[in-house]
Amino acid sequence: MLTAILAMTTLAAVLGLLLGYSAIRFRVEGDPIADQVDALLAQSQCGQCGYPGCRPYAEAVAKGDAAINKCIPGGEATARALADLLGREPEPLEAEAQTPKVALIDDQACIGCTLCVQSCPVDAIVGAPKQLHGVLTAECTACGLCLSPCPVACIRMVPVGSDIAHWRWPAPTERLAA
Amino acid sequence: MTEYALILISTVLVNNFVLVKFLGLCPFMGVSKRFETALGMGLATTFVMTLSAVCTWMVESYVLLPLGIEYLRTIAYILVIAAVVQFTETVMHRQSPVLYQVLGIFLPLITTNCAVLGVAILNTQQEHTLVESAVYGFGAAVGFSLVLILFAGIRERVTVADVPRPFQGSAVAMITAGLMSLAFMGFAGLVSR
Repeated sequence: MLTAILAMTTLAAVLGLLLGYSAIRFRVEGDPIADQVDALLAQSQCGQCGYPGCRPYAEAVAKGDAAINKCIPGGEATARALADLLGREPEPLEAEAQTPKVALIDDQACIGCTLCVQSCPVDAIVGAPKQLHGVLTAECTACGLCLSPCPVACIRMVPVGSDIAHWRWPAPTERLAA
Repeated sequence: MTEYALILISTVLVNNFVLVKFLGLCPFMGVSKRFETALGMGLATTFVMTLSAVCTWMVESYVLLPLGIEYLRTIAYILVIAAVVQFTETVMHRQSPVLYQVLGIFLPLITTNCAVLGVAILNTQQEHTLVESAVYGFGAAVGFSLVLILFAGIRERVTVADVPRPFQGSAVAMITAGLMSLAFMGFAGLVSR
């Protein structure tokens, strides 16, 4: 009887010590999933996802609070990469419903102050002081961060028409018996 | 060597733990919805099963038998298995956080996977040596993973198939499992052991 109690206690104690040691040895600092999610995001800190930056959004995604399709600058590629990483079902990009837009600078009103150049997270606006600024439409993610700094309010978001560079084959309608 | 090969074939195919012995059915139905999850679960279970087969053999031979307390076998085995699972969880959280999150609750549930305890108890029953125990545990786990992955592959296809309404969801999964079990019965007689 005593042997049995002693043996089981010792066994439990040894295993407990082992687990305690491994918990210290393999301690996880921070949230490694949030790091991986953060690495996949566009890092333009544009806030279009509704979070104050890429890192807070990454943390929300890692926790499972946020949908994975909110990173608009990252586009569908980011959404798909996140779906792969987290083992979730890929979802179509949230902004897909709205037509894609780009910033357009009114060349009559622009005073060349370079404030919008500094505010652009993806360096899509080029310009020098007292010169007319221009937008690189291929780089612009339509985040809208350049709108508020402009002192003369000469920047607008205009929808991109479907030209040969932007036209996409319409998605096939699936017949799923789910 | 032939001995070990025989044990391996016997546990993977002939006496498959899931489809022939009907052990470990909970994760078999629970984690087989997606292929990647099934793969992860298979790997985790393989690790736990092999390690716990070795550990329980050691506890049996060096603690329980010399002290004459074999009647505490079940409790001691569960203790060891729970510790091994917890260890695996800690290591996996560090090494592969995504897999850790995907497996979620099923990782601690390996503790109560009856196939793991089944391996330990069958090892004792059949009086295996240390190496035989390890091979037996590994074989059982490979068989479990194989069936789990095959089943997940089939289920992924069945979800897009045109299944009659009364059979949709779990019902068709059960039928599939039954048919797979039937197929694995065909291996009986391959190795007589």
